[in-house]
Amino acid sequence: MSEVLLETRNLSFTYPGEDEKSPPALEGIDLQIADGEYVALIGPNGSGKTTLLKQFNALLRPTSGELYFDGRSTADENNIAFIRAHCGMIFQNPDNQIVGATVEEDVAFALENLAVPPPEIRRRVAEALELLGISQLAATPPHLLSGGEKQKVAMAGILAAAPRCLLLDEPTAMLDPAGQAAVIDTLQMLNRERGITVVHVTHFPEEAALARRVIVLDRGRLVQDGPPAEILTDLGPLRALGLRTTAAGELAGLLREDGFPLCRGILHNRELVEQLCLFAQKI
Amino acid sequence: MKRSITLGRYLPGNTFLHRINPRFKLLLLLISLAILFILKTYAGFGLLFFFLFLSAASARVPLRYLAGALRPVVYIVLFTVIIYFFFTKGGLVLLRLGPLTVEQAGVAAGILVIMRLVGLVFMSMLLTLTTTPLALAHGLEYFLKPLGKLGIPAAEIAMIMTIAMRFIPTVSEESQRLLRAQMARGADFEGGFFSRARKFAPLIVPLFIGAFRRADALALAMEARGYRIGAARTRMCEEPVTAADWGALLFALAALVAVILSGI
Repeated sequence: MSEVLLETRNLSFTYPGEDEKSPPALEGIDLQIADGEYVALIGPNGSGKTTLLKQFNALLRPTSGELYFDGRSTADENNIAFIRAHCGMIFQNPDNQIVGATVEEDVAFALENLAVPPPEIRRRVAEALELLGISQLAATPPHLLSGGEKQKVAMAGILAAAPRCLLLDEPTAMLDPAGQAAVIDTLQMLNRERGITVVHVTHFPEEAALARRVIVLDRGRLVQDGPPAEILTDLGPLRALGLRTTAAGELAGLLREDGFPLCRGILHNRELVEQLCLFAQKI
Repeated sequence: MKRSITLGRYLPGNTFLHRINPRFKLLLLLISLAILFILKTYAGFGLLFFFLFLSAASARVPLRYLAGALRPVVYIVLFTVIIYFFFTKGGLVLLRLGPLTVEQAGVAAGILVIMRLVGLVFMSMLLTLTTTPLALAHGLEYFLKPLGKLGIPAAEIAMIMTIAMRFIPTVSEESQRLLRAQMARGADFEGGFFSRARKFAPLIVPLFIGAFRRADALALAMEARGYRIGAARTRMCEEPVTAADWGALLFALAALVAVILSGI
């Protein structure tokens, strides 16, 4: 494994003002995420996925335990600007995260906050727009964009700041299928080609199956952690939490339950088809 | 639904007046206002209006825009005229209506005030027609900055104005959506002014709740992107100061001095 980028040590968090008796939103999380990893964070509603994501970006800070980004603790006020500059976050609602009056201005926002000199800002904004293929939208006001375009703008705004880590909170939940595909393709490209660490909170098993590691949270605790072929095919624990796996995974599971000797670890349609073909040759 | 909504009435263009730096435009407005209130002869006003119309024509502002701008101030003008005509006394009696008289000094003072009001409206119209609200906000921020020492957060005020402008279309779309949702469930928004105003109440509450929720989410997103109140920021688009800006400023200052010295 390469260098550790994000590390939590016995992290617990209770929302301030909550009843003392109410259970903490996060409890005893021990987690290491390496530089360049692609992690999907899944779990039922209220399991603490978003809360954990906000910890990574220091929007929330542990009630007890520690969180380190690149060896810097979020508990130290002096590290926060550094952490936020290197750890970008995309939210669910694309409308509520665009600040600028035009696409260009919005992409520049994070750089302006870092007090980067204006010529440098213009260069990096142009680069980020180019990378995501939305240069033609530079002067467009945000209300004229589609949902997928808005999420791309939000991503460009984060990329312009050259982050090492991208945190995504259900970025595709409010998008149409085309917008969803565009966002997921972009994510994979950024992870593969730029080596950006991705932590992706999602409700869609298809998206989680694309990650290289899946972490399952339940009631603020980390309950499972492993590669998707392992976590997303173990249907018992998933169903107990009210979660599903991919359509191919579900079907493979049902067939296995009916006694067909399909091997474990089927997640993608292609794998299922291959297995069924092999099976067909045998009978 | 997807129309662009403008605040004020900015007329897009690329004329001399459009290109002047917003900071300088604000200074020009200030100097012009000073001239407007120093002038006291009809010849002086004639000259000023000549320049105003010339600027409007050079900025390709249609005359009907300027005329339209006067509509909201018609009542103020009428009210002022009545006050001045009937209550400023001196000189010849021009008209006698029972116990009321209109005298020469009153008419002269009234006309002066009308000229000033109309000039005021024309000047501010020229400014807002040729400057985007965003550029105006940036210009204002520049002049508010020294007030930071008195605890006035200039950069934050400009940020608030920018965000407000950014969210006008979003909130207007939301209100349309709410309106249709209510109508789909049989709400009736017709009727006279007061009954309609009352019927809009159920629209205002969800709109405000939505706006607060949105503000909350936006604040979080801004914080996540490193926005911190009071921290030093830069801006992608600087408004460059050109020789033309200084030229226009010097011309206005010269005009001010000339008006003071000549006493027109």
